[in-house]
Amino acid sequence: MAIAIVVVLLIVGSTVFHFMSPWWFTPLASNWGSIDDTIMLTFWITGVVLIAINLFMAYAIWRYRYQKDRRAEYEPENKKLEGWLIGLTTLGVVAMLAPGLIVWADFVTVPEDAHVFEVMGQQWQWSYRYPGRDGILGTTDNKYVDFDNPFGIKPDDPYGQDDILVQSDEVHVPIDQPVKVLLRSLDVLHDFYVPNFRAKMDLVPGLITYFWFTPTKIGSYEVLCAELCGQGHYAMRGIVVVDEQIEFEAWLAEQPTFAQSMALARAPGTDGQEQTASAQSVASISADYKISDEQLNLLNAYLDSSLE
Amino acid sequence: MSIIDKLMVKPWIADQGALEEQNGFAQPAKKIALWIFLAVVSVLFSLFISAYFMRMELADWRPLADPGLLWINTALLIVSSVALQWARVSADRGQFSGLKFGLLIAGAATLAFLAGQYVAWQQLIALGYFASSNPANAFYYLLTGLHGLHLLGGLVVWGMTTNKLMGGSQVDEVRVTVELCAIYWHFLLLVWLILFGLLLAT
Amino acid sequence: MTDTTPADVGFAPPAEVEEVELYHAKSWITKYVFSQDAKVIAIQYSATAIAVGMVGLVLSWLMRLQLGFPETFSFIDAADYYQFITMHGMIMVIYLLTALFLGGFGNYLIPLMIGARDMVFPYMNMLSYWVYLLAVLLLMASYFVPGGPTGAGWTLYPPQSILPGTPGHEWGIILMLVSLVLFIVGFTMGGLNYVVTVLQARTRGMTLMRLPLTVWGIFIATILALLAFPALLVGGVMLLLDRVLSTSFFMPSIVLMGESLDYGGGTPILFQHLFWFFGHPEVYIVGLPAFGIVSDLLSVHARRNIFGYRMMVWALIAIGGLSFVVWAHHMYVSGMNPYFGFFFATTTLIIAVPTALKVYNWVLTLWRGNIRLTIPMLFAIGFIFTFINGGITGLFLGNVVVDVPLSDTMFVVAHFHMVMGVAPLLVIFGAIYHWYPKITGRMLNETLGQFHFWITFVGAYSIFFPLHYLGFLGVPRRYYEIGETAFIPASAQSLNAFVTVVTLIVGFAQLVFFYNLFRSLTKGEPAGDNPWQATTLEWQTSETPPGHGNFGDELPVVYRWAYDYSVPGAVDDFIPQNKAPDETTGRSEPT
Repeated sequence: MAIAIVVVLLIVGSTVFHFMSPWWFTPLASNWGSIDDTIMLTFWITGVVLIAINLFMAYAIWRYRYQKDRRAEYEPENKKLEGWLIGLTTLGVVAMLAPGLIVWADFVTVPEDAHVFEVMGQQWQWSYRYPGRDGILGTTDNKYVDFDNPFGIKPDDPYGQDDILVQSDEVHVPIDQPVKVLLRSLDVLHDFYVPNFRAKMDLVPGLITYFWFTPTKIGSYEVLCAELCGQGHYAMRGIVVVDEQIEFEAWLAEQPTFAQSMALARAPGTDGQEQTASAQSVASISADYKISDEQLNLLNAYLDSSLE
Repeated sequence: MSIIDKLMVKPWIADQGALEEQNGFAQPAKKIALWIFLAVVSVLFSLFISAYFMRMELADWRPLADPGLLWINTALLIVSSVALQWARVSADRGQFSGLKFGLLIAGAATLAFLAGQYVAWQQLIALGYFASSNPANAFYYLLTGLHGLHLLGGLVVWGMTTNKLMGGSQVDEVRVTVELCAIYWHFLLLVWLILFGLLLAT
Repeated sequence: MTDTTPADVGFAPPAEVEEVELYHAKSWITKYVFSQDAKVIAIQYSATAIAVGMVGLVLSWLMRLQLGFPETFSFIDAADYYQFITMHGMIMVIYLLTALFLGGFGNYLIPLMIGARDMVFPYMNMLSYWVYLLAVLLLMASYFVPGGPTGAGWTLYPPQSILPGTPGHEWGIILMLVSLVLFIVGFTMGGLNYVVTVLQARTRGMTLMRLPLTVWGIFIATILALLAFPALLVGGVMLLLDRVLSTSFFMPSIVLMGESLDYGGGTPILFQHLFWFFGHPEVYIVGLPAFGIVSDLLSVHARRNIFGYRMMVWALIAIGGLSFVVWAHHMYVSGMNPYFGFFFATTTLIIAVPTALKVYNWVLTLWRGNIRLTIPMLFAIGFIFTFINGGITGLFLGNVVVDVPLSDTMFVVAHFHMVMGVAPLLVIFGAIYHWYPKITGRMLNETLGQFHFWITFVGAYSIFFPLHYLGFLGVPRRYYEIGETAFIPASAQSLNAFVTVVTLIVGFAQLVFFYNLFRSLTKGEPAGDNPWQATTLEWQTSETPPGHGNFGDELPVVYRWAYDYSVPGAVDDFIPQNKAPDETTGRSEPT
C-alpha cells in the first residue's frame, strides 16, 4: 500500500520540484530558440507520459492489492491493446523526432553570409583568431607551433599575415550576425560550450570542426570546456562578449595581427625572456581562476615531468 | 519448424507449446560453441578491418612492402588446412594412419607458417618498417600477430588431441575434436587470405 | 476464445533425456574453490562483483564529498577526483553490473531454469571466473603503481587518456586496458557457455517460447556481449599500442604544453566509434537481464501471467538488434560528420518503441493481478518507476538537436545513472531477495528488507532526479569544482550538498543489506523449496539449496509455459512448469 502512496508522492513531488526549481536553462542569447522549443516539446510529451504511467501503476497497485480469496485475471496477451499502445508510442516518437530533425537540418546548414572566427583549445586555455581584412584564415599546422607562433600559422602564407590573434580567454562577437565557429585543438579533445548559446561542439586535434550561431543579446557569456581534457579540465573557462558592431570593431582593432606579433617577437629586447609558453599557460590559469597553491604546484610538477 | 515459427508459438496454448523430441540443434554442443566463437572472431577481425579502412583514408598512410615470403607462408597454411581436412575425413572413416599423418603434417605446416610469419616480421623490421613509423606497419604487425595468436590457440588443442591419439586413444574419441580443428583451421585460412589480400591491395 | 485456454493437454514423447556427464568434485578445493559447478561459480562471480562494487560505491562517496563540499577536503585534489570518476564508472558498468548479471545470475539461473544439470562446458566456466578475478585484481593493482589508476574518464578517450596531463597516464591506463582485455577473454569463455547451454541443454519440453523471460534476457544480453566486446577489444588493443609502442592509430599530431610529440596522422574519432559500438550495446547488456528478471518478479508476486509474453520476447530481440545501430548518438557533438545525426537520432528513437512496450506490459501485469507486496515486488515496482524516468530522459539525449545543449552536462549523468545504475541495481536487489531462499534455504529478514528498500528507492531517486535540473542549467559533468561562474546560482551548491548527504545515507543503508545477507544465512526463517509459490523449474528442485546436478535422479519434464498463475479452474493459483496436465486438478505440491 505504502508503495502506491509513495509513487504518487514522488510524482507530485517531482512536478512541484519542476515548477519551484530555480535551476533551469540560462537565458537564451542566440538564434537557437528552436532548440529550446524542441526541448520543451520533448519535455511536455514525456512529462505527461511519465505522470500518466506512474499514476496508473499506483492505482493498479492499490486496486489489485493482495486479497486471499481473489484470483488474478488470466490473460496471456491482448494484441489489440498492445497494437494501440505501439501505435500511440510511435506517434509520440514521431512528434518529437520530426521537429528535432528539422532543427538539426538548420543546425548543420551554415548560412552563406556567416562570418568566421576560430577557437583554439589547448590544455587548459582558449585562444581565438579572426581572419583579417581578406576574410580568410591562414593555414595552420601543429609543426609551426612555437613560442613566437603559438597558433601554428604557416609563416609564409599570405592569408595568414593579417589574421588577428586573440591570446586571451575573452573573445568578442558582433550582435545579430551569423557566425561560423571553426574549432581546432593543439593537444587533446576539448568542447567549446556556452550555455546561453545552446550550441556546442568538440575540438578534435587533427581536425577542424565547426558549428554556427547568431548572437542575439548583448552581454558577456561564459565558455566552459565540456569534454574531459585532463586534470585542469574544470578550470578551462573563457568569455564570449556580444557587442554592438561598432564596439566589436574597436575591440578587434586593438588586437595584434599575426605579422605584427611576429615582428614584435623578432624585435630586440624580447629575446632575453626565458619564459616558456607553457609556464605562461599555468600563470594565466591561476590568475584567472584563483587555483589554490597546491593545484598550482601540481600543475607545475606535471609540466616539469612532461617537459623533462 | 523455422526459428520464426518457433517464436510465433503461443506457449499458453497446449497444442502449440507441445513437447518436442529435440531441443536445440542436432549437433554436439562443442560444435555449436565453435560456430559461435567463429562468429565472435569474425566480428573482431571485421572491426579491425573497418578500422584499417578508416585509418587508411588519412593522409599519412604509407603502404609497406609485401615480403615475398608471405606467398610461401600462405602455401604452408593451405597445406595445414588440407592436411587437417584429410585427418578429418580419415577419422570419419576410422582410418588411424590417415588421421595421424594428417594431424602431424598439419601441425608441422602450421608451426612452419608461424615461423615464416616471424621471419617476415624480422625482414620488415630490417627494412625499417617499424610499428611506430606508420599506421600501415602498425596494422600489419597487429593483424598478423592477432592471427598468429589464434593459430597458437588452435595449436594447443591440436597438441592435446595429437597427444591423446599417440597415447593410444581410439579414433572415435578424437573424431569430434579433429573435425572442430579442421573447421577452425579453414576459418583461419580464410581470415589469412582476406588479410593477405588486404595487404596486397593497399 | 482458444487463445486464452491454458495448457491443459500436452504430451511427453518417450524420448530418452540425454544425461550430461557431470564432473564430480573430489576434494574441498575442487568443490568450493576451483569448482566447476555453475552454482558455486555464480556465487564466486557475485561475491567478487559485489566486493569490487563496494569499491565503486566508496569512490562515489568520495566524489560526492568533493562535489557537495568543494574546498573542504584537502585529501581530494583534481587528479584524485578524476581517478575516482574513472574507476567508479568502469567498475560499476563492467566489473559489477556485467559480471553480476551474466556471471552471477546467468550461472545460477540458466541451468536451473532450463532444467539442466550444469553448464555445458563446466571447465571453461570455471576458467572464465578465474580470468575475471585476475582482471579485477589487475584493475585494483592500479592503485599501487606510480601515478595511480587512470583518470581518463571511463570512456578512455585518446589522446588525453595516454598523455601527461591526465592522472595515471604512466601505468594506470596500461593496467586498465590489460584488465579490460582479460575481462573480455574471460567473459567470452563464460558467454559461449551461457549461449550454448540455453540452445542445447534445455530439458525435454522446454521449448524456446516456454523459457522464463529471465533466461531470455540473459540469453540475448550474452549474445550482445559476445558481439560487442570485440569492439572494445579492438579499441583497447590499439590504444594500448599507441601508449606502449608509440603507434598512431588514434593519435594525431600533438603539441602538448609547447612540446611537439612523436605522434601524427591518427584520428581520435575512430576510437570513439569503436568504443561506442561496444558501449551502447553494453547498456543493453546490463538492461536486458534486468528486463527479464523484473518480468519474472512481477509475474510471481502479482500472481498473474506476464502480460504479452510473446511481445516481451520479440521486444528483447528487437532491442538487442537495434542496439547495434545507435552507437553514434553518444557522438553527436564529437565532430564526426554531422549528417550522421539524422540516421542515429532516428534509430535511437525507434528503439524507444519496443522499450516502451515492455514498460506498458509490466504495468499491465500488475493490472488485475493479486499483488503481494513482498520485498522483491517492491524493488520491481521501484525499477519500473526509475526506469520510466531514465528511459524518458533518453528520448531527450537521443534526439540529436535536444542532445546538443544537454550533452556533457549533469543531465547526462542523471540520465544514465537512473536508467542503467539505479534501475538495474533495484532489480539486482529484488532478485537477491527473491532467489536468496533458493540459494541458501533461508529467507532474508523482512523488516531489514523494508528498511533497505525504502531508503534505497526514495534516496536514489532523490539523488538523481534533481541532477537533471543542474543539467538543464548547464552545469557540465566531470568538473572537479564549479568555482565561480555567473550563470550558476549559489543555490546549485546547496542542491549539490543535499545530494551528497543523501548519497551517504543511501550508501550506508547498503550496510544493512549486507548485514541481512550474513545474518539470514544462519538466523533466517527456513524457506522450504518454493516459498513464493512460483512456477519455474528452479523452485521445483528436490532439495534446497539444490545439490550437485540440480535435479536429483531425473531431470524435470516441462509441460507448460512459465506463467501459469491464477489459471481458471486450477486448484492453486500457480501450476509449476513440470506439472503434467492430468495433475492440475489436484493439490500442486512441488514434485
